[in-house]
Amino acid sequence: MNASHSSRPARVVASGWGWRHASRRLPAVSGLDLVIEPGERVLLLGPSGAGKSTLLAGLAGILGDSEDGAEAGALTLDGAPAARQRGRAGLVLQDPEANTILPTLGDDVAFGCENLAVPRDEIWRRVARSLDAVGLRYPLDRPTAHLSGGERQRLAIAGVLAMSPGLLLLDEPTANLDHAGAAEVRRAVAQTRTTLVVVDHRVDEWLGLVDRVVVLEPAGGLIADGPPDTVFARAGSALEAAGVWVPGSHPLVSRTPPGPSPSSLRSSSPDETSDETPDESSPRGTLGPVCRSSPADPPLVTAAGVAVGHGGRAVRKDVDLEVRAGESLVITGPNGVGKTTFAFCLAGLTSPLEGEVRASAQLAHGTRSPHPHRWRAQQLLTRIGTVFQRPEHQFVARSVRDELAVGPRLVGARDQSALVDELLERLRLTHLAHAHPCTLSGGEQRRLSVATVLATAPRVLVLDEPTFGQDRTTWTELAELVAAHVDSGGAAVSVTHDDDYVRVLGDRRLRLEATAVAQAVRA
Amino acid sequence: MTGATASAAEASTAASAEASAASNARTDPVAAVNPLALWFAAVLYSLPLLTSVDIVSGGTSLGVWLVLFTALGITPATIVKRTWPLLLAAPLSGLSMLLYAEPGGTVHVTWWLVTVSDNSIELALAITVRVLAIGVPTLVALVGIDPTRLADALAQIARLPARFVLGALAAVRLAGVLAADHRSLAQARRARGLSDTRSLTGWLALAFALLVTAMRRGTMLATAMEARAFGSGERTWARASRLTRRDAVVVALALGIALAAVGLALATGTYRLVGSGGGA
Amino acid sequence: MTHSQNHTPSTEPSPAPTTTRPPTRFRWRTLDIVIAAVLGVVIGLLFTFWNFAGYAGFMALDALTPGFGGLVAGVWLLGGVVGALIIRKPGAALFVELLAAVVSMLLGSQWAVETVYSGIAQGLGAEAVFLLSRYRRFGVGAAVLAGIGSALFAWTLELFLSGNIEMSSQFLVIYLVCLVVSGAVLAGLAGWALTRALARTGALDRFAAGREVRGLA
Repeated sequence: MNASHSSRPARVVASGWGWRHASRRLPAVSGLDLVIEPGERVLLLGPSGAGKSTLLAGLAGILGDSEDGAEAGALTLDGAPAARQRGRAGLVLQDPEANTILPTLGDDVAFGCENLAVPRDEIWRRVARSLDAVGLRYPLDRPTAHLSGGERQRLAIAGVLAMSPGLLLLDEPTANLDHAGAAEVRRAVAQTRTTLVVVDHRVDEWLGLVDRVVVLEPAGGLIADGPPDTVFARAGSALEAAGVWVPGSHPLVSRTPPGPSPSSLRSSSPDETSDETPDESSPRGTLGPVCRSSPADPPLVTAAGVAVGHGGRAVRKDVDLEVRAGESLVITGPNGVGKTTFAFCLAGLTSPLEGEVRASAQLAHGTRSPHPHRWRAQQLLTRIGTVFQRPEHQFVARSVRDELAVGPRLVGARDQSALVDELLERLRLTHLAHAHPCTLSGGEQRRLSVATVLATAPRVLVLDEPTFGQDRTTWTELAELVAAHVDSGGAAVSVTHDDDYVRVLGDRRLRLEATAVAQAVRA
Repeated sequence: MTGATASAAEASTAASAEASAASNARTDPVAAVNPLALWFAAVLYSLPLLTSVDIVSGGTSLGVWLVLFTALGITPATIVKRTWPLLLAAPLSGLSMLLYAEPGGTVHVTWWLVTVSDNSIELALAITVRVLAIGVPTLVALVGIDPTRLADALAQIARLPARFVLGALAAVRLAGVLAADHRSLAQARRARGLSDTRSLTGWLALAFALLVTAMRRGTMLATAMEARAFGSGERTWARASRLTRRDAVVVALALGIALAAVGLALATGTYRLVGSGGGA
Repeated sequence: MTHSQNHTPSTEPSPAPTTTRPPTRFRWRTLDIVIAAVLGVVIGLLFTFWNFAGYAGFMALDALTPGFGGLVAGVWLLGGVVGALIIRKPGAALFVELLAAVVSMLLGSQWAVETVYSGIAQGLGAEAVFLLSRYRRFGVGAAVLAGIGSALFAWTLELFLSGNIEMSSQFLVIYLVCLVVSGAVLAGLAGWALTRALARTGALDRFAAGREVRGLA
């Protein structure tokens, strides 16, 4: 469709290639030998820290010069160094927000063409064609701020396609998107005819689109390389151990409800939870009765007729919900329907526009109000803890250790030092105790942000997209932490569009739709 | 996609862009002028007025602008909306002059370093009027400027280095994103048990966290820009920025008003070169 | 942009006795430009906040006292110092301070187009100090001197811009001293501390300023 203005697909050759970032002692990639033929579509995998993003940046020619790092070997596109051919490869980053450069839609797509000195008339022809190729049909003067996450990623792809690249590079392009948004992006990618390299933890979604899987080894070189079936058959378990989401293999998370019910291992596999699909509001199937809290216990938090919105304008009205002890509740629905804002209302971080959020007398004991948003911040710590989507937003201290100590100090916990040590140990962060929280890797930051909340043992846990962009290892750890919290009598409310997470932790589900009045579905 | 639909899309976009520019121009005559011309006019207008501290040049030019703005359909509400901090601050700039200017003429009050004299009263009035005379029209002209059009003009007409102009433009867009980050950071601090005290340290910590977030967003933005071949060499511009006769008229008008006002002050003998100590 | 790797970056702040200066030392990367611009925008927001929040107390102080208002004016000089400390390239102080001034003006500043003239003067004042060190010194001393340089330029411009030249000599001396002290502390020391704090978060890892503090250089 857009092939009419795509240039020839590029051939990629890495020979003994490596790169060390100026801020690191060890190379991010070393000794890489790899050939990608023109038109090949490659899914690039590897454990955290294997250098996937560095390789993509290298292919895009944007790693910089000696001020930014040191290069070894050669990385070429069609025989010439990638770094000298900016624009031959186009790169789309993970964060939709980061991909947007200019204030309006048309300008943003035109940006790459301008940088490649494309003549003005030709630019606007390419802009129209590229937007058409990704299915974005808005006026060109539409503000980019008004686009959804999925639309932004498609906009970024359009911006790259307009440059007529021979190589399309996608770095976890759907990690931050809901199902519909992710599907839109994959449809747009399927239309392209360039050589393709995509990095994504979520392998299943890309299998239909790629014809080769390459797995990077953290120490340098490759773990596996070949057609998807062969690679996953041969190296499946090694990949799993390395944190890769291997298709068809879902993590097991132990759920042990208090009381007489037997413990169960819950898999995130759709097959093992009968015919249900997480986005349907059907009752849960085969896992047996869940009676974690007796119905006589009042709910810990009750939302009644709650309206939430941004800047005083309601995007959702009349949401009712009960949060019960021993139960994990998930809130799903498309981007932009107010899931996060609603969860933050439950968490006492913001006040509802209408209706009320009320804590049980037991939970509110010791505070001046039954409404969590009226509590003092310190009073939230032992009652309702919130894990934010962006871990770095939650960090307030200069070292991992201090970060963990903030909560316990504020609530005057006993044995603070021992508590912090235990959390460090439990979340495998001990070796990073003195590092600045913001310098941790994505997975480490996520573990730390959960640990800071658990440090004050809140009764209710509210989590906003806790698993987005996480590899299998971190994912499993997170799910186990939440499961343990709930199974020991706590309550959890998670906003998510992660099907695996919903299968394991969706004891009860609230789906917020863009139009209809939301209703909780009993499991 | 066929060439026919492509050009149709192109035509419709061009039409819609033109239509929106036209409708903007109707509601705000300032928007019809090239932003670079507005800046140039503001600078050329301010310089003659800055040479003198007298009430005639400032008062005259301020009066002319207010009449002109009314004639152009710029409502007092718009003017107040764009200039209110200035309207509040102008009398205060005069106050300082009133109390501490070099004394001259009859001295009315003296107390410690304070001396209110004929000279300081005259200067105080003149400075207040001058602040308004320079501030009101320049703010009305500049506050509503579209950053994208300004960037186009700065790079294409003023020939400022494109990389710096576009970097600044992209950073300005980030300001909107940072507003959302600010909200999230404030909520996160509350979730960590920290936001109760509306203390200075709390505010500083939040501001610092916002700066860290801004640096990270900036780093990602630079990567995204380079991923679209930014800074790889010569570049073209999707939208042309041109100066028209209208722009020339605006610049000439601004300079003309300032020169005429200063000329009037000279003719009436009230012109008072800054630093000439006229009151002594 | 060229991709060159036949030399090593100079991250050494002290005047090293190098014979051949790396050609990239003064070249602005895209990252330098964007981060400088983001700094300009954020500091411009800070200026705007300071224009209002600092105002109730400060403006009264400025208007009612003979020049003591200069004591808090250092905040407006922060852009030049921080810009140069982080970017370490010629023009950084001017670019950041000027952009911050423009942003604060467009968001509503009581000084209108005069804000921009102030931004240029204050940026040049800081720039001059780093220029004198040939862009090799970015320690606390250079930061304080840059704050003072910025204050001196600001004071000089205000003689004409605010008509301060008509003020009594006592006022002018008090104002100068206050402005210099404020520039040294609120712009110089605070700017230096801010840069180090930013560096510790890892946000400046791609800058020599960040790697030095984190021991990664």
